[in-house]
Amino acid sequence: MTDALALLSFGPEGWGDELARGVLVTVALALCTLPIGLTIGFFVALAKQSEEPSLRLAGNIYTTIFRGLPELLTLFLVYFGVQIGINALLKLLGSGTTVEINSFVAGMFALGVVFSSYASETFLSAFRAIPKGQYEGGYAVGLSYGMTMRLVVLPQLIRIALPGLSNLWLVLLKDTALVSVVGLSDILRQTSIASRVTKEAFFFYGIACLLYLALALVSGAALRRIELRTERGTSR
Amino acid sequence: MRTHVEKPPPVARPWTGARIAGNIVVALWALTGIGLAWYLATAWNAELVDKYGMRFLSGVGTTFTLVGASLVAGALLSLPVALARLSKNRLVNGVAYAYVYAFRGTPLLAQVFLVYYGLGQFSDALKAAGLWWFFRDAWYCGFFAFTLNTAAYQAEILRGAIQSVPRGQWEGAQSLGLPRAVTFFRIILPQALIVALRPYGNEIILMIKGSAVVAIITVYDLFGQARWVFSKTFDFQAYLWAGIMYLIIVETLRILWDALEARLTRHLKR
Amino acid sequence: MTRTNRIASLLAASALALAATAAGAQEMMKLKIGTEGAYPPFNNLTADGKLEGFDVDIAKALCEEMKAECEFVTQDWDGIIPALQAGKFDAIIASMSITDERKEKVDFTNKYYNTPPAIAVPKDSDIKGVTKEDLAGKAIGVQGSTTHSNYAEATFTDSDVKLYPTADEYKLDIANGRLDAVNDDIIVLQEWLASESGACCKILGTIKPVPEIHGLGAGIAIRKGETELADKFNKAIDAIRANGKYKEINDKYFDFDAFGG
Repeated sequence: MTDALALLSFGPEGWGDELARGVLVTVALALCTLPIGLTIGFFVALAKQSEEPSLRLAGNIYTTIFRGLPELLTLFLVYFGVQIGINALLKLLGSGTTVEINSFVAGMFALGVVFSSYASETFLSAFRAIPKGQYEGGYAVGLSYGMTMRLVVLPQLIRIALPGLSNLWLVLLKDTALVSVVGLSDILRQTSIASRVTKEAFFFYGIACLLYLALALVSGAALRRIELRTERGTSR
Repeated sequence: MRTHVEKPPPVARPWTGARIAGNIVVALWALTGIGLAWYLATAWNAELVDKYGMRFLSGVGTTFTLVGASLVAGALLSLPVALARLSKNRLVNGVAYAYVYAFRGTPLLAQVFLVYYGLGQFSDALKAAGLWWFFRDAWYCGFFAFTLNTAAYQAEILRGAIQSVPRGQWEGAQSLGLPRAVTFFRIILPQALIVALRPYGNEIILMIKGSAVVAIITVYDLFGQARWVFSKTFDFQAYLWAGIMYLIIVETLRILWDALEARLTRHLKR
Repeated sequence: MTRTNRIASLLAASALALAATAAGAQEMMKLKIGTEGAYPPFNNLTADGKLEGFDVDIAKALCEEMKAECEFVTQDWDGIIPALQAGKFDAIIASMSITDERKEKVDFTNKYYNTPPAIAVPKDSDIKGVTKEDLAGKAIGVQGSTTHSNYAEATFTDSDVKLYPTADEYKLDIANGRLDAVNDDIIVLQEWLASESGACCKILGTIKPVPEIHGLGAGIAIRKGETELADKFNKAIDAIRANGKYKEINDKYFDFDAFGG
């Protein structure tokens, strides 16, 4: 039995520094994905609650596709497919450059579209929870559509959508593990390499699970604080 | 006598920015769809379909049996876990909470690795315990990890649903002199399951999508077969077809589940 | 709603800018070399996360010979050819056997080594030989998308052939007792058996290579049509064979000439 502490030490013999880097990559990927997912999700939700049927249709197609495909498959389609597609297009346009989509960017996009398709549903139900009177009130005091949206609707929307979005954030943290399959050195890939090299599979995969749990715990606590903050203004 | 009523002419819908944008995006979707269909049609290769078509179908079969078995086993396991979560005994509740939290807080892929490669490390002990035949097989390992995972999710669904049944139902049953077990199984659980229908449907779909990770531990489910065919042919179609099949499966399930829900809740319609 | 589109295209453009690296600069001869990093002693990662092995050393020697600046990219085996095609790197130096099947997708240089395949079994195994009959009903592990997996699937039709993403994983599984035999290059198996984790097993015997399946030895894969690069690599291989650099690397790993006949 190898000494667990030695395996986790920092330095050339131990895996501590590799694992720490893996945690950083996982967190970085999740954090970079979040704004993409939120932005796309918000606009897809706007489209889905629009009065224009073609916009609703477009939004619904988007959600249907990206909620129906396995995340792993979406990732493969982006990682291999989009790169082949873009390079074929560039070649067609006579450009000599090639565009490389590395596993981080592919992961960011794939997880971003998956996140946004779920987030759009959360936003949509939050939109529906805001009474029409709020818009009318905004217009009545002379605010434009954009200002009503920004000053009246959005602050309430965020508060209502926050619990759902917190949940999606936790799902996103876990989904980043899939990107290890296309070679991103995240927590799971680093622990996989460590377990193959040291043959201590149970130990290292156990560590991986604990690291994900720790991330979930920390972000769970942070999200609860944010939720409490947004609820300051509401009296119960 | 009928009076002739002049209807106002339908209001012409103006070409607003939203309408233009919507039409453009729908057109883009349509183009993508046509492009995909065109690509798949031109790339259609009878030889490849002959050679690999059956593999995809068997992959679908594996996905269904694996997910189906895990969901059923997970449902059975989730009942005691949910009850433990509702228990007033802090130890029982704490253990159940830790289990649910651990399995909901870690990636399914990591759980599958932990079971397959992690437990594989203890093959001697498992052999001694007579359990090795089970953990030797990748399919069973996937089944084991999936069952534990979905049981944690289903337990939370069930707990929420049971808690949503009003207290009055318990009290009413008690006043009729029904034993607690009868009350639970004949009165509370059926009502809870109606509430749980929608989240259960979502869980089934999440499991079908999530099950793709077993391909990484040598099980040939739909994704695994696509990966295999891709590794032989390096033809990107393999993944596109798998994607189309997953979409069809998930959408069909969604429609069937909606119909089932509508049927089971028809007495609640007003 | 034009705003949606503007923001979407802005997002797309900035992401492309993030990802875009002009790999066109040919005059400086910058090369990205793809390898697997899980196939000792040919290419593997150290505990420090650095690449080492025969392939890696050969690649470095070739780059030096070609006066090219090389950067290594690790990529899982079953995605390595698509990644080459997609432009994630310019050449694969990862013990890839030159086969007709692969030649449909990529071009190869001449071989840079050639060693025979073999079968390893647990030490207490009662398997007698390496034929189809000997292995009937047994579970055989191989790495997927390799010549060995093609051979095993074509030959051991009465056995349960299991494909693994990396060699390390079938090694774990035979040590754990999930497999009755594994099939791979003899060098790879010997290296593993000599290590602590290979204590479980022994070489059962070698397999006579089938040219249609096993190919003509390991070559460097490059994108189709890039004959100029292939020529450069071929010249460099000949050069390091001639100037003793190859022998130096060879002797660091093997006690025979891996180049083969």
